[in-house]
Amino acid sequence: MTTTLLAAASTSTGEAVQFWILGTVAVLGALGTVLMKRSVHSALCLAGTMIVLAVFYLANGAYFLGIVQIVVYTGAVMMLFLFVLMLVGVTAADSLKETIKGQRWLVALCGLGFGILLIAGIGSAGVDTFVGLGEANAGGNVQGLARSLFTEYVFAFEITGALLVTAAVAAMVLTHRERTERRLTQRELAEQRVREGKHLPPLPAPGVYARHNAVDIPGLLPDGTPSELTVNATLRERGQVRDVSREALADLAALERRTGEYLGRNGTDTRAVRGAADVRDDVSDDAPDTDEGRAGDGDRDRDREAAK
Amino acid sequence: MNPVNYLFLAALLFTIGASGVLLRRNAIVVFMSIELMLNAANLALVTFSRMHGNLDGQIIAFFTMVVAAAEVVVGLAIIVTIFRSRHSASVDDAGLMKL
Repeated sequence: MTTTLLAAASTSTGEAVQFWILGTVAVLGALGTVLMKRSVHSALCLAGTMIVLAVFYLANGAYFLGIVQIVVYTGAVMMLFLFVLMLVGVTAADSLKETIKGQRWLVALCGLGFGILLIAGIGSAGVDTFVGLGEANAGGNVQGLARSLFTEYVFAFEITGALLVTAAVAAMVLTHRERTERRLTQRELAEQRVREGKHLPPLPAPGVYARHNAVDIPGLLPDGTPSELTVNATLRERGQVRDVSREALADLAALERRTGEYLGRNGTDTRAVRGAADVRDDVSDDAPDTDEGRAGDGDRDRDREAAK
Repeated sequence: MNPVNYLFLAALLFTIGASGVLLRRNAIVVFMSIELMLNAANLALVTFSRMHGNLDGQIIAFFTMVVAAAEVVVGLAIIVTIFRSRHSASVDDAGLMKL
């Protein structure tokens, strides 16, 4: 390894350029973490900041820490954060309405004051002389770290092991939920269903035959009304059920009408045709996103009926 | 460029993280702000290590990382437990230790 790689006392122009560009990215990422409305966006901003910090560690001669930063922080910790975010619910946007009056201004004031104090302290601390890690990293960064970790800091290292074990046990204890009652067997569930007397066969499948097969679309009963029973209970509870019964009815009515016209049965089934026209009107009023072709078709049909 | 700029950046990131803890009410975002503060402290420690020409700063930053990992595990487990009982991850709602 050359001495230029070992984070010398003076910095090169390249490092300065890198610092100013990536430093801006890091600060923007940090601001995004704090200010983004959705917590997933916050997490992504934080991941970006952590990657930039890993680059800074590498530039400062902390090669081992740079890699550990990427593996542990952006890998494990951020993954854990995203995992919990998914568990808690990604769609839940944090309301930024303040509950404490003037909290935002107080926060800005505190942050500004604290930052000024910190930066002024560093500025006046006389840290102009830099030794550089050239000598300390001479035998390799990892070897140097290992040497002091297992000699000088070995006790702290062992305590850290105890801490990690405790944390693992704590996580298991905290998230484990004890079952308070025995899990019902399959036979007991079947008997319970017979006793209740409803939905003895398996639940009907969602979707409208040959048209829609998405799970959030309820199946249609013979009279064309949607059956809520066919949709998953979770979707039903969230209100994410897409109702296509009116469209399906309108399509069916149009099909009947066209068949009727083709077969020359103009006056025979007027009731069904009129009902279909009503449904079609409703659809074109309520759902403007139905495709133009079909709407035009409907207009033509209506004109034809008026001519009759 | 003077390497002391890394310290100023660390101070800035720490301040932003502290403001985030004060500002946000979603427990997970508060936690992320704490992580940001820990990372800023790590950057300062790494810079100190370079400043003094020995690896002690890096060792302490390494321990900080380990402690932060353990802290994240326990903290997120607590958040999940609170969310299970209250159906909310807002720190405003968790006024009592009692579930």
